[in-house]
Amino acid sequence: MSWLPLLIKASYFLAAVLFILGLKRMSSPRTARGGIVWAGVGMLVAVLATFALPDMHHRGLILAAVLIGVAAAWWSGRRVAMTAMPQMVALYNGMGGGAAAAIGAAELFGHIPAVSNLGQVAIPDTSPLRPESWAIDVLHPLAAVAPLTPVELMLGVLGALIGSVSFSGSLIAFAKLQGWLDKRFVFPGQRVVNLLVLAAAMVVGAVLASGHLSVPPIAAFFVLALLFGLLMTLPIGGADMPVVISLYNAFTGLAVAFEGFVLGNEAMIIAGMVVGAAGTLLTQLMAKAMNRSIGNVLFGSFGAAAGAAAQVIEGAQKPIEASDAAVMMAYAERVVIVPGYGMAVAQAQHKVWEFAKLLIERGVKVRFAIHPVAGRMPGHMNVLLAEAGVPYDLIADMDDINPEFPHVDVALVIGANDVVNPLAKTDPASPIYGMPILDVSAAKHVIVVKRGKGTGFAGIENALFYADNARMLYGDGQAAAGELVTQLKAVDG
Amino acid sequence: MLDGFLALYIFMLAAFTGYEIIARVPVILHTPLMSGSNFIHGIVLVGAMIALGHARTPFEIGIGFLGVLLGAGNAAGGYVVTERMLEMFKSSKKPGDKA
Repeated sequence: MSWLPLLIKASYFLAAVLFILGLKRMSSPRTARGGIVWAGVGMLVAVLATFALPDMHHRGLILAAVLIGVAAAWWSGRRVAMTAMPQMVALYNGMGGGAAAAIGAAELFGHIPAVSNLGQVAIPDTSPLRPESWAIDVLHPLAAVAPLTPVELMLGVLGALIGSVSFSGSLIAFAKLQGWLDKRFVFPGQRVVNLLVLAAAMVVGAVLASGHLSVPPIAAFFVLALLFGLLMTLPIGGADMPVVISLYNAFTGLAVAFEGFVLGNEAMIIAGMVVGAAGTLLTQLMAKAMNRSIGNVLFGSFGAAAGAAAQVIEGAQKPIEASDAAVMMAYAERVVIVPGYGMAVAQAQHKVWEFAKLLIERGVKVRFAIHPVAGRMPGHMNVLLAEAGVPYDLIADMDDINPEFPHVDVALVIGANDVVNPLAKTDPASPIYGMPILDVSAAKHVIVVKRGKGTGFAGIENALFYADNARMLYGDGQAAAGELVTQLKAVDG
Repeated sequence: MLDGFLALYIFMLAAFTGYEIIARVPVILHTPLMSGSNFIHGIVLVGAMIALGHARTPFEIGIGFLGVLLGAGNAAGGYVVTERMLEMFKSSKKPGDKA
Protein backbone atom coordinates (compact mmCIF):
# COMPACT_ATOMS: atom_id res chain seq x y z
CA MET A 1 0.00 0.00 0.00
CA SER A 2 2.86 2.40 -0.55
CA TRP A 3 1.67 3.49 -3.95
CA LEU A 4 -1.11 5.72 -2.63
CA PRO A 5 1.08 8.16 -0.65
CA LEU A 6 3.45 8.19 -3.58
CA LEU A 7 0.63 8.96 -5.98
CA ILE A 8 -0.57 11.77 -3.72
CA LYS A 9 2.92 13.25 -3.47
CA ALA A 10 3.20 13.02 -7.25
CA SER A 11 -0.15 14.77 -7.64
CA TYR A 12 1.01 17.67 -5.45
CA PHE A 13 4.19 17.87 -7.49
CA LEU A 14 2.20 17.95 -10.71
CA ALA A 15 -0.08 20.64 -9.25
CA ALA A 16 2.93 22.81 -8.32
CA VAL A 17 4.34 22.45 -11.84
CA LEU A 18 1.00 23.31 -13.40
CA PHE A 19 0.64 26.38 -11.17
CA ILE A 20 4.01 27.74 -12.18
CA LEU A 21 3.51 26.99 -15.88
CA GLY A 22 0.00 28.43 -15.70
CA LEU A 23 1.21 31.64 -14.10
CA LYS A 24 3.97 31.83 -16.68
CA ARG A 25 1.46 31.50 -19.51
CA MET A 26 -0.72 34.13 -17.91
CA SER A 27 2.12 36.60 -18.23
CA SER A 28 1.74 36.87 -22.00
CA PRO A 29 -1.46 38.07 -23.69
CA ARG A 30 -1.35 35.31 -26.31
CA THR A 31 -1.17 32.40 -23.92
CA ALA A 32 -2.94 33.95 -20.96
CA ARG A 33 -6.26 32.20 -21.48
CA GLY A 34 -4.63 28.80 -21.53
CA GLY A 35 -2.67 29.68 -18.41
CA ILE A 36 -5.63 29.84 -16.10
CA VAL A 37 -6.86 26.50 -17.42
CA TRP A 38 -3.48 24.89 -16.65
CA ALA A 39 -3.57 26.28 -13.14
CA GLY A 40 -7.17 25.14 -12.80
CA VAL A 41 -6.22 21.58 -13.73
CA GLY A 42 -3.44 21.77 -11.15
CA MET A 43 -5.95 22.82 -8.49
CA LEU A 44 -8.31 19.98 -9.41
CA VAL A 45 -5.49 17.43 -9.21
CA ALA A 46 -4.40 18.73 -5.80
CA VAL A 47 -7.91 18.73 -4.38
CA LEU A 48 -8.68 15.22 -5.63
CA ALA A 49 -5.38 13.96 -4.21
CA THR A 50 -6.27 15.47 -0.86
CA PHE A 51 -9.58 13.64 -0.84
CA ALA A 52 -7.61 10.44 -1.34
CA LEU A 53 -5.29 11.09 1.62
CA PRO A 54 -5.40 8.22 4.08
CA ASP A 55 -6.61 8.80 7.65
CA MET A 56 -8.83 11.70 6.65
CA HIS A 57 -12.11 11.98 8.51
CA HIS A 58 -15.29 13.94 8.00
CA ARG A 59 -15.12 13.37 4.27
CA GLY A 60 -18.82 14.07 3.99
CA LEU A 61 -18.42 17.42 5.74
CA ILE A 62 -15.43 18.27 3.58
CA LEU A 63 -17.34 17.51 0.42
CA ALA A 64 -20.30 19.55 1.61
CA ALA A 65 -18.13 22.57 2.48
CA VAL A 66 -16.29 22.37 -0.84
CA LEU A 67 -19.53 22.15 -2.80
CA ILE A 68 -21.17 25.05 -0.94
CA GLY A 69 -18.06 27.25 -1.21
CA VAL A 70 -17.52 26.51 -4.89
CA ALA A 71 -21.18 26.98 -5.78
CA ALA A 72 -21.48 30.32 -3.96
CA ALA A 73 -18.25 31.73 -5.36
CA TRP A 74 -18.91 30.41 -8.86
CA TRP A 75 -22.35 31.95 -8.89
CA SER A 76 -21.23 35.34 -7.57
CA GLY A 77 -18.15 35.40 -9.81
CA ARG A 78 -20.22 34.67 -12.91
CA ARG A 79 -22.85 37.29 -12.47
CA VAL A 80 -20.86 40.24 -11.18
CA ALA A 81 -20.27 43.11 -13.62
CA MET A 82 -16.79 43.58 -15.06
CA THR A 83 -16.52 46.94 -13.35
CA ALA A 84 -16.89 45.23 -9.98
CA MET A 85 -13.96 42.89 -10.57
CA PRO A 86 -11.52 44.65 -8.21
CA GLN A 87 -13.71 44.17 -5.18
CA MET A 88 -14.40 40.57 -6.15
CA VAL A 89 -10.67 39.89 -6.23
CA ALA A 90 -10.44 41.52 -2.80
CA LEU A 91 -13.30 39.38 -1.52
CA TYR A 92 -11.93 36.06 -2.79
CA ASN A 93 -8.49 37.01 -1.56
CA GLY A 94 -9.92 37.71 1.87
CA MET A 95 -11.51 34.27 1.85
CA GLY A 96 -8.13 32.71 1.14
CA GLY A 97 -6.58 34.65 4.00
CA GLY A 98 -9.42 33.53 6.25
CA ALA A 99 -8.88 29.92 5.25
CA ALA A 100 -5.17 30.19 6.07
CA ALA A 101 -6.05 31.73 9.44
CA ALA A 102 -8.53 28.90 10.05
CA ILE A 103 -5.82 26.32 9.37
CA GLY A 104 -3.58 28.13 11.84
CA ALA A 105 -6.39 28.20 14.39
CA ALA A 106 -7.11 24.50 13.93
CA GLU A 107 -3.43 23.68 14.37
CA LEU A 108 -3.05 25.84 17.48
CA PHE A 109 -6.24 24.64 19.15
CA GLY A 110 -5.44 21.09 18.13
CA HIS A 111 -2.09 21.23 19.89
CA ILE A 112 -3.21 22.55 23.23
CA PRO A 113 -1.20 20.18 25.44
CA ALA A 114 -4.03 18.96 27.65
CA VAL A 115 -5.73 17.61 24.59
CA SER A 116 -2.98 16.47 22.30
CA ASN A 117 -1.03 14.63 24.96
CA LEU A 118 -3.99 12.38 25.61
CA GLY A 119 -2.62 9.58 23.60
CA GLN A 120 -0.12 8.94 20.90
CA VAL A 121 -1.96 5.74 20.16
CA ALA A 122 -3.94 5.84 16.98
CA ILE A 123 -7.28 4.23 17.60
CA PRO A 124 -8.47 2.36 14.54
CA ASP A 125 -12.02 2.35 13.35
CA THR A 126 -13.31 5.41 15.12
CA SER A 127 -15.98 6.91 13.00
CA PRO A 128 -15.39 10.62 13.22
CA LEU A 129 -19.06 11.31 13.12
CA ARG A 130 -19.74 9.55 16.42
CA PRO A 131 -19.28 12.14 19.13
CA GLU A 132 -17.78 9.66 21.58
CA SER A 133 -14.88 9.08 19.19
CA TRP A 134 -13.93 12.75 19.39
CA ALA A 135 -12.61 12.28 22.87
CA ILE A 136 -10.19 9.71 21.56
CA ASP A 137 -7.19 11.18 19.96
CA VAL A 138 -7.12 10.52 16.26
CA LEU A 139 -3.92 12.33 15.73
CA HIS A 140 -2.68 14.29 12.86
CA PRO A 141 0.05 12.26 11.12
CA LEU A 142 2.60 14.96 11.92
CA ALA A 143 1.44 15.45 15.45
CA ALA A 144 1.39 11.72 15.96
CA VAL A 145 5.17 11.78 15.93
CA ALA A 146 5.64 14.87 18.01
CA PRO A 147 3.94 18.09 18.94
CA LEU A 148 4.69 21.00 16.65
CA THR A 149 8.37 21.82 16.42
CA PRO A 150 9.37 25.37 17.39
CA VAL A 151 9.80 26.32 13.73
CA GLU A 152 6.41 24.88 12.81
CA LEU A 153 4.83 26.66 15.74
CA MET A 154 6.44 29.96 14.81
CA LEU A 155 5.47 29.76 11.14
CA GLY A 156 2.01 28.55 12.07
CA VAL A 157 1.46 31.58 14.31
CA LEU A 158 2.96 33.92 11.73
CA GLY A 159 0.76 32.46 8.97
CA ALA A 160 -2.29 32.83 11.16
CA LEU A 161 -1.41 36.46 11.91
CA ILE A 162 -0.84 37.36 8.26
CA GLY A 163 -3.88 35.40 7.12
CA SER A 164 -6.13 37.10 9.67
CA VAL A 165 -4.90 40.57 8.71
CA SER A 166 -5.43 39.72 5.05
CA PHE A 167 -8.92 38.42 5.84
CA SER A 168 -10.31 41.39 7.73
CA GLY A 169 -8.33 43.88 5.64
CA SER A 170 -9.58 42.46 2.34
CA LEU A 171 -13.15 42.51 3.56
CA ILE A 172 -12.80 46.22 4.40
CA ALA A 173 -11.25 46.81 0.97
CA PHE A 174 -14.19 44.97 -0.57
CA ALA A 175 -16.71 47.03 1.40
CA LYS A 176 -14.97 50.26 0.43
CA LEU A 177 -14.87 49.48 -3.28
CA GLN A 178 -18.44 48.26 -3.15
CA GLY A 179 -19.40 51.67 -1.79
CA TRP A 180 -20.57 50.40 1.57
CA LEU A 181 -17.90 52.32 3.43
CA ASP A 182 -17.39 55.70 1.88
CA LYS A 183 -15.66 57.52 4.65
CA ARG A 184 -12.09 57.23 5.65
CA PHE A 185 -11.96 56.63 9.37
CA VAL A 186 -9.26 58.90 10.63
CA PHE A 187 -8.77 59.98 14.20
CA PRO A 188 -5.87 61.52 16.06
CA GLY A 189 -3.37 59.04 17.36
CA GLN A 190 -4.63 56.42 14.96
CA ARG A 191 -1.18 55.33 13.93
CA VAL A 192 -0.21 54.80 17.55
CA VAL A 193 -3.35 52.79 18.23
CA ASN A 194 -2.72 50.62 15.17
CA LEU A 195 0.86 50.02 16.17
CA LEU A 196 -0.19 49.11 19.70
CA VAL A 197 -2.72 46.60 18.39
CA LEU A 198 -0.09 45.09 16.10
CA ALA A 199 2.45 44.98 18.92
CA ALA A 200 -0.08 43.32 21.22
CA ALA A 201 -0.90 40.73 18.55
CA MET A 202 2.80 40.02 18.06
CA VAL A 203 3.46 39.70 21.80
CA VAL A 204 0.59 37.24 22.25
CA GLY A 205 1.77 35.48 19.08
CA ALA A 206 5.27 35.18 20.55
CA VAL A 207 3.80 33.66 23.71
CA LEU A 208 1.96 31.11 21.59
CA ALA A 209 5.03 30.43 19.47
CA SER A 210 7.02 29.69 22.61
CA GLY A 211 4.69 26.76 23.15
CA HIS A 212 2.31 28.15 25.78
CA LEU A 213 -0.86 27.06 24.10
CA SER A 214 -4.19 27.58 25.82
CA VAL A 215 -7.56 28.87 24.76
CA PRO A 216 -7.57 32.47 26.08
CA PRO A 217 -4.31 33.65 24.45
CA ILE A 218 -5.17 31.90 21.18
CA ALA A 219 -8.54 33.61 21.11
CA ALA A 220 -7.00 36.96 22.06
CA PHE A 221 -4.39 36.51 19.33
CA PHE A 222 -6.98 36.08 16.60
CA VAL A 223 -9.12 38.95 17.86
CA LEU A 224 -6.09 41.26 17.86
CA ALA A 225 -4.93 40.10 14.42
CA LEU A 226 -8.37 40.59 12.88
CA LEU A 227 -8.70 43.96 14.59
CA PHE A 228 -5.36 45.08 13.20
CA GLY A 229 -6.39 44.21 9.64
CA LEU A 230 -9.54 46.23 10.17
CA LEU A 231 -7.81 49.27 11.67
CA MET A 232 -5.02 49.20 9.14
CA THR A 233 -7.38 49.30 6.16
CA LEU A 234 -10.06 51.70 7.42
CA PRO A 235 -8.05 54.92 7.05
CA ILE A 236 -6.87 54.10 3.53
CA GLY A 237 -8.71 55.93 0.78
CA GLY A 238 -10.25 54.24 -2.23
CA ALA A 239 -7.59 55.61 -4.58
CA ASP A 240 -4.97 53.53 -2.83
CA MET A 241 -7.00 50.33 -2.83
CA PRO A 242 -5.18 48.74 -5.79
CA VAL A 243 -1.95 48.75 -3.84
CA VAL A 244 -3.68 47.47 -0.73
CA ILE A 245 -5.46 44.62 -2.51
CA SER A 246 -2.23 43.60 -4.18
CA LEU A 247 -0.45 43.70 -0.82
CA TYR A 248 -3.09 41.52 0.83
CA ASN A 249 -2.86 39.16 -2.12
CA ALA A 250 0.83 38.74 -1.36
CA PHE A 251 0.00 38.40 2.35
CA THR A 252 -2.40 35.56 1.71
CA GLY A 253 0.22 33.84 -0.43
CA LEU A 254 2.73 34.03 2.42
CA ALA A 255 0.19 32.83 4.97
CA VAL A 256 -0.63 29.87 2.74
CA ALA A 257 3.06 29.02 2.35
CA PHE A 258 3.63 29.14 6.13
CA GLU A 259 0.59 27.03 6.95
CA GLY A 260 1.69 24.67 4.18
CA PHE A 261 4.96 24.22 6.04
CA VAL A 262 3.10 23.37 9.24
CA LEU A 263 1.02 20.80 7.38
CA GLY A 264 4.02 19.49 5.47
CA ASN A 265 2.25 20.18 2.19
CA GLU A 266 4.69 21.07 -0.59
CA ALA A 267 2.05 22.24 -3.05
CA MET A 268 0.88 24.86 -0.56
CA ILE A 269 4.44 25.99 0.17
CA ILE A 270 5.34 26.44 -3.47
CA ALA A 271 2.09 27.98 -4.67
CA GLY A 272 1.89 30.26 -1.64
CA MET A 273 5.48 31.41 -1.91
CA VAL A 274 5.26 32.05 -5.65
CA VAL A 275 2.20 34.21 -5.05
CA GLY A 276 3.83 35.89 -2.06
CA ALA A 277 6.84 36.94 -4.11
CA ALA A 278 4.90 37.83 -7.25
CA GLY A 279 2.38 39.81 -5.21
CA THR A 280 5.08 41.71 -3.36
CA LEU A 281 6.77 42.71 -6.60
CA LEU A 282 3.45 43.70 -8.14
CA THR A 283 2.67 45.82 -5.09
CA GLN A 284 6.01 47.56 -5.41
CA LEU A 285 5.45 48.23 -9.11
CA MET A 286 2.09 49.76 -8.33
CA ALA A 287 3.30 51.90 -5.47
CA LYS A 288 6.18 53.07 -7.65
CA ALA A 289 3.78 54.05 -10.40
CA MET A 290 2.10 56.33 -7.87
CA ASN A 291 5.49 57.56 -6.72
CA ARG A 292 4.83 56.46 -3.17
CA SER A 293 6.29 53.87 -0.91
CA ILE A 294 4.18 51.03 0.39
CA GLY A 295 4.65 52.37 3.91
CA ASN A 296 3.36 55.73 2.81
CA VAL A 297 0.24 54.14 1.34
CA LEU A 298 -0.43 52.14 4.49
CA PHE A 299 0.38 54.68 7.13
CA GLY A 300 0.34 57.98 5.30
CA SER A 301 -3.40 58.67 5.47
CA PHE A 302 -3.25 60.21 2.04
CA GLY A 303 -4.42 63.75 1.76
CA ALA A 304 -4.74 64.28 5.49
CA ALA A 305 -1.78 66.61 5.58
CA ALA A 306 -2.22 67.94 2.08
CA GLY A 307 -4.47 70.79 3.05
CA ALA A 308 -1.49 73.11 2.83
CA ALA A 309 -2.02 75.80 0.27
CA ALA A 310 -1.02 74.38 -3.06
CA GLN A 311 -0.36 76.40 -6.18
CA VAL A 312 -3.25 78.64 -6.97
CA ILE A 313 -4.57 77.77 -10.37
CA GLU A 314 -5.36 80.68 -12.62
CA GLY A 315 -8.00 80.83 -15.28
CA ALA A 316 -11.29 79.11 -15.74
CA GLN A 317 -12.59 75.84 -17.03
CA LYS A 318 -13.81 76.28 -20.59
CA PRO A 319 -16.76 74.15 -21.64
CA ILE A 320 -17.31 72.65 -25.08
CA GLU A 321 -20.38 71.17 -26.76
CA ALA A 322 -20.42 67.54 -27.82
CA SER A 323 -21.03 68.56 -31.45
CA ASP A 324 -17.90 70.73 -31.52
CA ALA A 325 -15.87 68.04 -29.82
CA ALA A 326 -17.06 65.44 -32.34
CA VAL A 327 -16.13 67.62 -35.30
CA MET A 328 -12.75 68.39 -33.78
CA MET A 329 -11.93 64.70 -33.52
CA ALA A 330 -13.53 63.75 -36.84
CA TYR A 331 -11.03 65.92 -38.66
CA ALA A 332 -8.08 65.13 -36.45
CA GLU A 333 -5.26 62.94 -37.61
CA ARG A 334 -4.37 61.38 -34.33
CA VAL A 335 -6.60 60.97 -31.30
CA VAL A 336 -5.58 59.44 -27.99
CA ILE A 337 -8.28 58.37 -25.56
CA VAL A 338 -7.38 58.37 -21.87
CA PRO A 339 -9.86 56.43 -19.75
CA GLY A 340 -10.05 56.60 -15.97
CA TYR A 341 -12.18 55.33 -13.17
CA GLY A 342 -15.02 57.66 -14.21
CA MET A 343 -15.41 55.56 -17.37
CA ALA A 344 -15.74 52.43 -15.27
CA VAL A 345 -18.33 54.01 -12.99
CA ALA A 346 -20.38 55.21 -15.94
CA GLN A 347 -19.99 51.83 -17.71
CA ALA A 348 -19.03 53.89 -20.74
CA GLN A 349 -16.44 51.56 -22.25
CA HIS A 350 -18.77 50.19 -24.95
CA LYS A 351 -19.89 53.65 -26.08
CA VAL A 352 -16.29 54.86 -26.04
CA TRP A 353 -15.18 52.00 -28.27
CA GLU A 354 -18.14 52.59 -30.59
CA PHE A 355 -17.01 56.18 -30.89
CA ALA A 356 -13.41 55.14 -31.44
CA LYS A 357 -14.46 52.69 -34.18
CA LEU A 358 -16.34 55.44 -35.98
CA LEU A 359 -13.20 57.59 -35.85
CA ILE A 360 -11.09 54.71 -37.13
CA GLU A 361 -13.49 54.23 -40.03
CA ARG A 362 -12.89 57.85 -40.94
CA GLY A 363 -9.16 57.19 -41.05
CA VAL A 364 -8.29 58.80 -37.73
CA LYS A 365 -5.45 57.09 -35.90
CA VAL A 366 -6.92 56.23 -32.52
CA ARG A 367 -5.08 54.83 -29.55
CA PHE A 368 -5.93 54.30 -25.93
CA ALA A 369 -3.46 55.43 -23.29
CA ILE A 370 -3.58 53.84 -19.90
CA HIS A 371 -1.87 55.05 -16.77
CA PRO A 372 -0.47 52.22 -14.64
CA VAL A 373 -2.75 53.07 -11.74
CA ALA A 374 -5.82 54.27 -13.60
CA GLY A 375 -8.92 52.78 -12.06
CA ARG A 376 -8.84 50.72 -8.93
CA MET A 377 -6.34 48.05 -9.94
CA PRO A 378 -3.38 48.05 -12.30
CA GLY A 379 -4.71 47.07 -15.68
CA HIS A 380 -8.29 47.71 -14.58
CA MET A 381 -8.83 49.91 -17.64
CA ASN A 382 -7.27 47.30 -19.93
CA VAL A 383 -9.77 44.77 -18.72
CA LEU A 384 -12.73 47.10 -19.24
CA LEU A 385 -11.58 48.07 -22.72
CA ALA A 386 -10.98 44.43 -23.55
CA GLU A 387 -14.51 43.70 -22.40
CA ALA A 388 -15.83 46.28 -24.85
CA GLY A 389 -13.80 44.57 -27.60
CA VAL A 390 -10.90 47.01 -27.95
CA PRO A 391 -7.97 45.05 -29.42
CA TYR A 392 -5.06 45.15 -27.05
CA ASP A 393 -2.63 46.40 -29.65
CA LEU A 394 -4.50 49.72 -29.74
CA ILE A 395 -3.79 50.17 -26.05
CA ALA A 396 -0.57 51.91 -25.06
CA ASP A 397 1.31 52.11 -21.77
CA MET A 398 2.30 55.43 -20.27
CA ASP A 399 5.95 55.09 -21.25
CA ASP A 400 5.10 54.33 -24.86
CA ILE A 401 2.57 57.06 -25.39
CA ASN A 402 4.06 59.99 -23.45
CA PRO A 403 6.65 60.95 -26.11
CA GLU A 404 3.89 60.93 -28.72
CA PHE A 405 1.55 63.42 -27.10
CA PRO A 406 3.08 66.49 -28.82
CA HIS A 407 2.07 64.93 -32.15
CA VAL A 408 -1.44 64.15 -31.00
CA ASP A 409 -4.22 66.39 -32.27
CA VAL A 410 -6.83 65.60 -29.65
CA ALA A 411 -6.48 63.87 -26.33
CA LEU A 412 -9.85 62.74 -25.04
CA VAL A 413 -9.82 62.26 -21.29
CA ILE A 414 -12.76 60.26 -19.98
CA GLY A 415 -13.18 60.04 -16.23
CA ALA A 416 -9.48 60.30 -15.49
CA ASN A 417 -8.24 63.05 -13.24
CA ASP A 418 -5.21 62.70 -10.99
CA VAL A 419 -3.27 60.62 -13.51
CA VAL A 420 -3.32 63.50 -16.00
CA ASN A 421 -2.78 66.32 -13.53
CA PRO A 422 0.23 68.42 -14.58
CA LEU A 423 0.60 69.61 -10.97
CA ALA A 424 2.31 66.28 -10.34
CA LYS A 425 5.20 67.72 -12.33
CA THR A 426 5.08 71.39 -11.42
CA ASP A 427 3.85 71.79 -7.85
CA PRO A 428 6.06 70.39 -5.10
CA ALA A 429 3.33 71.22 -2.56
CA SER A 430 0.86 68.90 -4.24
CA PRO A 431 0.36 65.54 -2.58
CA ILE A 432 0.73 63.85 -5.94
CA TYR A 433 3.95 65.69 -6.75
CA GLY A 434 6.39 63.36 -8.43
CA MET A 435 3.82 60.85 -9.57
CA PRO A 436 4.41 60.02 -13.24
CA ILE A 437 1.48 61.23 -15.30
CA LEU A 438 0.17 60.94 -18.80
CA ASP A 439 1.33 64.07 -20.59
CA VAL A 440 -2.00 64.90 -22.17
CA SER A 441 -1.44 68.64 -21.76
CA ALA A 442 1.25 68.33 -24.43
CA ALA A 443 -1.38 67.41 -27.01
CA LYS A 444 -2.64 70.15 -29.31
CA HIS A 445 -6.14 69.93 -27.88
CA VAL A 446 -7.48 68.24 -24.82
CA ILE A 447 -11.12 67.37 -24.30
CA VAL A 448 -12.07 66.30 -20.80
CA VAL A 449 -15.28 64.42 -20.20
CA LYS A 450 -16.20 65.01 -16.58
CA ARG A 451 -19.31 64.88 -14.49
CA GLY A 452 -18.90 68.21 -12.74
CA LYS A 453 -16.40 70.79 -11.71
CA GLY A 454 -15.33 68.99 -8.55
CA THR A 455 -11.92 67.63 -7.74
CA GLY A 456 -10.88 64.05 -8.35
CA PHE A 457 -10.67 61.09 -6.08
CA ALA A 458 -7.67 62.43 -4.24
CA GLY A 459 -9.38 65.77 -3.72
CA ILE A 460 -6.75 67.72 -5.65
CA GLU A 461 -7.42 70.52 -8.11
CA ASN A 462 -6.38 69.63 -11.63
CA ALA A 463 -4.44 72.30 -13.50
CA LEU A 464 -5.16 70.53 -16.76
CA PHE A 465 -8.80 71.59 -16.65
CA TYR A 466 -7.73 75.24 -16.64
CA ALA A 467 -5.15 74.92 -19.40
CA ASP A 468 -5.55 76.99 -22.53
CA ASN A 469 -5.78 73.97 -24.82
CA ALA A 470 -8.28 72.13 -22.64
CA ARG A 471 -12.04 72.08 -23.08
CA MET A 472 -14.51 70.54 -20.69
CA LEU A 473 -17.34 68.33 -21.90
CA TYR A 474 -19.56 68.05 -18.85
CA GLY A 475 -21.67 64.98 -18.37
CA ASP A 476 -21.78 61.40 -17.25
CA GLY A 477 -19.24 59.34 -19.17
CA GLN A 478 -21.76 57.12 -20.89
CA ALA A 479 -24.13 59.95 -21.84
CA ALA A 480 -21.26 62.07 -23.12
CA ALA A 481 -19.79 59.22 -25.17
CA GLY A 482 -23.25 58.46 -26.58
CA GLU A 483 -23.67 62.10 -27.51
CA LEU A 484 -20.27 62.10 -29.19
CA VAL A 485 -21.29 59.05 -31.25
CA THR A 486 -24.51 60.73 -32.34
CA GLN A 487 -22.74 63.95 -33.22
CA LEU A 488 -19.97 62.15 -35.08
CA LYS A 489 -22.53 60.32 -37.21
CA ALA A 490 -24.16 63.68 -37.88
CA VAL A 491 -20.90 65.11 -39.20
CA ASP A 492 -21.31 63.11 -42.41
CA GLY A 493 -25.04 62.79 -42.43
CA MET B 1 7.76 15.93 7.47
CA LEU B 2 9.91 18.44 5.76
CA ASP B 3 13.50 18.92 6.66
CA GLY B 4 13.97 22.52 7.81
CA PHE B 5 16.66 23.47 5.34
CA LEU B 6 14.98 21.67 2.49
CA ALA B 7 11.88 23.76 3.19
CA LEU B 8 14.04 26.88 3.27
CA TYR B 9 15.39 26.01 -0.20
CA ILE B 10 11.85 25.49 -1.46
CA PHE B 11 10.79 28.85 -0.01
CA MET B 12 13.70 30.59 -1.68
CA LEU B 13 13.35 28.97 -5.10
CA ALA B 14 9.60 29.48 -5.16
CA ALA B 15 10.06 33.13 -4.24
CA PHE B 16 12.51 33.65 -7.11
CA THR B 17 10.14 31.90 -9.46
CA GLY B 18 7.29 34.20 -8.53
CA TYR B 19 9.51 37.25 -8.82
CA GLU B 20 10.81 36.26 -12.26
CA ILE B 21 7.36 35.57 -13.65
CA ILE B 22 6.00 38.96 -12.65
CA ALA B 23 9.11 40.92 -13.57
CA ARG B 24 8.53 40.52 -17.29
CA VAL B 25 4.81 40.99 -17.46
CA PRO B 26 3.19 43.82 -19.45
CA VAL B 27 1.01 46.27 -17.51
CA ILE B 28 -2.00 45.18 -19.54
CA LEU B 29 -1.94 41.83 -17.75
CA HIS B 30 -1.43 43.10 -14.21
CA THR B 31 -5.03 42.79 -13.13
CA PRO B 32 -5.61 39.33 -14.65
CA LEU B 33 -2.30 38.20 -13.19
CA MET B 34 -3.16 39.51 -9.75
CA SER B 35 -6.45 37.68 -10.08
CA GLY B 36 -4.65 34.58 -11.35
CA SER B 37 -2.23 34.55 -8.44
CA ASN B 38 -5.23 35.10 -6.18
CA PHE B 39 -6.64 31.88 -7.66
CA ILE B 40 -3.39 30.01 -7.15
CA HIS B 41 -3.24 30.69 -3.44
CA GLY B 42 -6.66 29.05 -3.40
CA ILE B 43 -4.52 25.94 -2.87
CA VAL B 44 -5.15 26.86 0.76
CA LEU B 45 -8.29 24.78 0.22
CA VAL B 46 -6.12 21.67 0.34
CA GLY B 47 -4.73 22.66 3.72
CA ALA B 48 -8.18 23.47 5.06
CA MET B 49 -9.39 20.04 3.91
CA ILE B 50 -6.51 18.41 5.80
CA ALA B 51 -7.30 20.49 8.88
CA LEU B 52 -10.96 19.48 8.77
CA GLY B 53 -10.02 15.89 8.03
CA HIS B 54 -8.01 15.75 11.23
CA ALA B 55 -10.31 17.77 13.45
CA ARG B 56 -11.30 16.08 16.70
CA THR B 57 -13.53 18.37 18.70
CA PRO B 58 -16.75 19.91 17.42
CA PHE B 59 -15.05 23.28 17.75
CA GLU B 60 -12.16 22.21 15.54
CA ILE B 61 -14.61 20.74 13.09
CA GLY B 62 -16.36 24.11 13.00
CA ILE B 63 -13.11 25.95 12.29
CA GLY B 64 -12.12 23.39 9.69
CA PHE B 65 -15.50 23.59 8.00
CA LEU B 66 -15.25 27.38 7.85
CA GLY B 67 -11.72 27.07 6.44
CA VAL B 68 -12.80 24.68 3.69
CA LEU B 69 -15.75 26.92 2.87
CA LEU B 70 -13.51 29.99 2.56
CA GLY B 71 -10.78 28.12 0.71
CA ALA B 72 -13.26 26.72 -1.80
CA GLY B 73 -14.62 30.23 -2.31
CA ASN B 74 -11.11 31.56 -2.92
CA ALA B 75 -10.31 28.86 -5.47
CA ALA B 76 -13.61 28.87 -7.35
CA GLY B 77 -14.12 32.62 -7.28
CA GLY B 78 -10.54 33.28 -8.28
CA TYR B 79 -10.85 30.92 -11.22
CA VAL B 80 -14.13 32.34 -12.53
CA VAL B 81 -13.03 35.95 -12.25
CA THR B 82 -9.65 35.33 -13.88
CA GLU B 83 -11.18 33.28 -16.64
CA ARG B 84 -13.73 36.00 -17.35
CA MET B 85 -11.03 38.65 -17.54
CA LEU B 86 -8.78 36.63 -19.81
CA GLU B 87 -11.67 35.65 -22.03
CA MET B 88 -11.73 39.20 -23.27
CA PHE B 89 -8.19 39.45 -24.48
CA LYS B 90 -7.98 39.23 -28.18
CA SER B 91 -5.82 40.91 -30.78
CA SER B 92 -7.18 43.07 -33.58
CA LYS B 93 -6.52 40.29 -36.07
CA LYS B 94 -9.61 38.68 -34.70
CA PRO B 95 -12.01 41.60 -34.25
CA GLY B 96 -14.58 41.26 -31.51
CA ASP B 97 -17.87 39.78 -32.59
CA LYS B 98 -19.83 41.75 -30.05
CA ALA B 99 -19.20 45.38 -29.44
